Amino acid sequence: MTTGLGATMVRAGRRLLSSLPALFGVLVFTFLLMRVLPGDPAVFFASGPNAGKEEIEQIRKQMGLDRSVPEQLVFYLSDIGHGNLGRSMMTGQPVLKDLRERLPASLELTFTALLIALIAAVPLGVVAALKPGSIVDHGVRLFCALGVCVPTFVSGLLLIYVFYYLLGLAPDPTGRVDVFTSLPPQRTGFLSIDFLLAGDIEGWWAACKQLILPAVSMALFVIAPLARITRASMLVSLGSDFVRTARSVGLSWRKVVVTYALRNAILPVITIAGIVFSTMLGANVLVEKVFSWPGVASYALDALLSSDYAPVQGFVLLMASLFVLVNLVVDICYGIADPRVSIA
Amino acid sequence: MSEELLGINDLHVSFSTRRGMVEAVRGVTLSVEKGEMLGLVGESGSGKSVTGFATTRLLDAAGRVTGGKILFRGQDVTKLRGDDLRQLQGAAMSMIFQNPRAALNPIRAIGLQIADAILTHKKISKDAARAETLELLCAVQIRDPETRMNAYPHELSGGMCQRVMIAIAISCNPALLIADEPTTGLDVTTQKVVMDLLADIAAARGMATILITHDLGLAARYCRRIAVMERGRIVEEASPKKLFSAPQHAYTRRLVAASPTATSRIEDLVTEEERERHATIVSKPRQQLPHGTPPLLEVRKLAKRFDQGSAAVADFSMTMAGGESVGLVGESGSGKSTTSRMICRLIDPSEGDIVFDGQSIGHVASRDFHRSPLRKDIQMVFQDPNESLNPRFTAFDCIAHPLMRLDGMRAADALRKRVEECAERVGLPLDLLPRFPHQLSGGQKARVGIARAIACRPRLLVLDEPTAALDVSVQAVVLQLLDRLRRENDIALLFVSHDLNVVRMLCDRTIVLRNGGIVEQGESRALFDNPKTDYTRKLVEAIPHIETGPALAAAL
Repeated sequence: MTTGLGATMVRAGRRLLSSLPALFGVLVFTFLLMRVLPGDPAVFFASGPNAGKEEIEQIRKQMGLDRSVPEQLVFYLSDIGHGNLGRSMMTGQPVLKDLRERLPASLELTFTALLIALIAAVPLGVVAALKPGSIVDHGVRLFCALGVCVPTFVSGLLLIYVFYYLLGLAPDPTGRVDVFTSLPPQRTGFLSIDFLLAGDIEGWWAACKQLILPAVSMALFVIAPLARITRASMLVSLGSDFVRTARSVGLSWRKVVVTYALRNAILPVITIAGIVFSTMLGANVLVEKVFSWPGVASYALDALLSSDYAPVQGFVLLMASLFVLVNLVVDICYGIADPRVSIA
Repeated sequence: MSEELLGINDLHVSFSTRRGMVEAVRGVTLSVEKGEMLGLVGESGSGKSVTGFATTRLLDAAGRVTGGKILFRGQDVTKLRGDDLRQLQGAAMSMIFQNPRAALNPIRAIGLQIADAILTHKKISKDAARAETLELLCAVQIRDPETRMNAYPHELSGGMCQRVMIAIAISCNPALLIADEPTTGLDVTTQKVVMDLLADIAAARGMATILITHDLGLAARYCRRIAVMERGRIVEEASPKKLFSAPQHAYTRRLVAASPTATSRIEDLVTEEERERHATIVSKPRQQLPHGTPPLLEVRKLAKRFDQGSAAVADFSMTMAGGESVGLVGESGSGKSTTSRMICRLIDPSEGDIVFDGQSIGHVASRDFHRSPLRKDIQMVFQDPNESLNPRFTAFDCIAHPLMRLDGMRAADALRKRVEECAERVGLPLDLLPRFPHQLSGGQKARVGIARAIACRPRLLVLDEPTAALDVSVQAVVLQLLDRLRRENDIALLFVSHDLNVVRMLCDRTIVLRNGGIVEQGESRALFDNPKTDYTRKLVEAIPHIETGPALAAAL
């Protein structure tokens, strides 16, 4: 058992090392991409539309944009090496600080959405697989299709319309908590956890209420792939020889379906959940915009629109690192869930 | 007779498929007495497994019992529902499956899987179940059971997995055990050990057993009564002795003839009526090579090591003359496939040299060998006829492909003529050529594979278990075909197989491999009749023998 865990850690370390070249590539590529995109940040951040040529030149010099692109790249890379992601022109703060403030908001939203999606998708997939071709199966298929073909911002707006405007159940869809709630001391950055740690149940409930609508609208979009994968791998599992063995000795229905079939069927779902999580983290900008959620994606979009180089580059680097990390976690989970992997 | 445990009465089972209902079992009547072992023998598609699954109520969702009764202790199994059914499964009757590794849950420790079965039927504590699991593992002779309890199926060999499966099946002392091809895919020596164990356990616990198998020899060795099935019906039921000495039904006669035995010859494999055609060809003697002819193939001190660890093959040397047939036998893991692939130049040897027709080819990288002019002289027939044909190529394309690539044939007319000629030589009807592999039967696919291999008129044909996936009657025809090709065209055959009876018939010489090294080699008949090493003797003795009395010889 210990050797298995040790081997997993060694594998994890090797994976991290092997992802470094890819991260470096992402770094350079984003840097170059930003220089190629139209838009001059010096003009954008000058005092006004009729700023003089000297003023713009001065800003340009101040930002280091007067140097050649390779020179800029070297400076940029050495900055990164020192843990400095640059300063945002929009907020006037270091990018690292901005990201550190906003990332927990995005992560909390994405984690919650993924959790909701999994809680909904796995049972749906299992139910569909138990009776393939039945009305239930078709119902699940229809639900999944609806979830996929309605864009998140539409479903988000619909949810706001129904639960905030019509029913009045949900709070004002702006931000993570309403302005009157006092924030708990920051520990994890996840408000729902921080409130609990601070023992503030009322605040926790308020944060949860804010969280639920954006999370659901994001989850709706990814239930389909998760449910389909669960259904497909559950069908394979149920038709497998070992499930037949389990039935041949008369194991209870529950034991056959859950312990034998589902535990095997869940393996590919772990992989897909990792991919879905990475995609959601980057792509939830629409939900963040609709619900005024102070996350990293909307931050990066604003920066991109205003040709603010540093935040965009920082965001891409962050996403790439998270992607590597998520894949690693998925691999480790898989290694724990499937004893065959550590051997291979 | 005395005590009937199971009585199957006019059983009909149908499967709904895309092309409508297909009747797999049409009126099977069988009875099993307490404690007896009954053999249920037939070829693929004969409905023998379906009969077993219907009895244990494990048919697929598509399958339905459409008629008849299955009486177990006087109770009709087909009418049981819910809890009554679950009390029957595992506790009163249980099943052992083919492919033991797939039959066990890959991500659950085997000890837990056995305990699951125990806890389902007995109201005992987890600790007590654990103790019983240990006892069961001891009963199926698994060494070091304490440690093995925590092992996963992939950490055990195929034979071990089958023992675990047996442990699960006998965990609640069922009165009836149905073993569905329990040893197919296992080595002969493992097969013997597993079957002996199964027979001992059944005898000790007084369990009745139905042994479902395609191997007549195996059934004859362990059963006192054998029922032969063909196309969903039982065509004959008799004691093994009677079955072999005086088979009544035409199908049984064909099956008995096609089952290779210690003394059978290639030409014996079909019944008298079918033999006429073949006999004329066999009579043509093989031309003797003048003395001093250089060998066609010479392998010197070949070795193969994979990434790390010990050698898969070490110090392997052999020679083959043109038109000779050599058998390469050994258990799984003995390195016979690796060796054959090195000789075929599909993988690179780590050491040693291969000389073909005076040219050293051992050092040509396997990646580049397809450009060598010798590529068409060495061809291969693979084990699985399903997997080794491109599913998107028609039979014609499959055979034409090597002709276009290796012979550079482009002209459509000439190509068509050559392909049709090849098809005729392997006995493949020409109207099957436009079909895709999935539209062909196993035997037809095997023929396409052989036609493809001989298309470029090779001088050496390497065959890796070419008949392992085929029914005995199809195997008989394929073996005759290979023998004929060898005699007619002087193709040398390197025949890799675990089936010693087949090797004995087809090959002039035999090489026995174990753990990557040669244990023994020599003229086939002498080697099998009088093995010099213990290992070879063990292999030979493990083959299930069919008693061929004088009566049988007369009947043939």
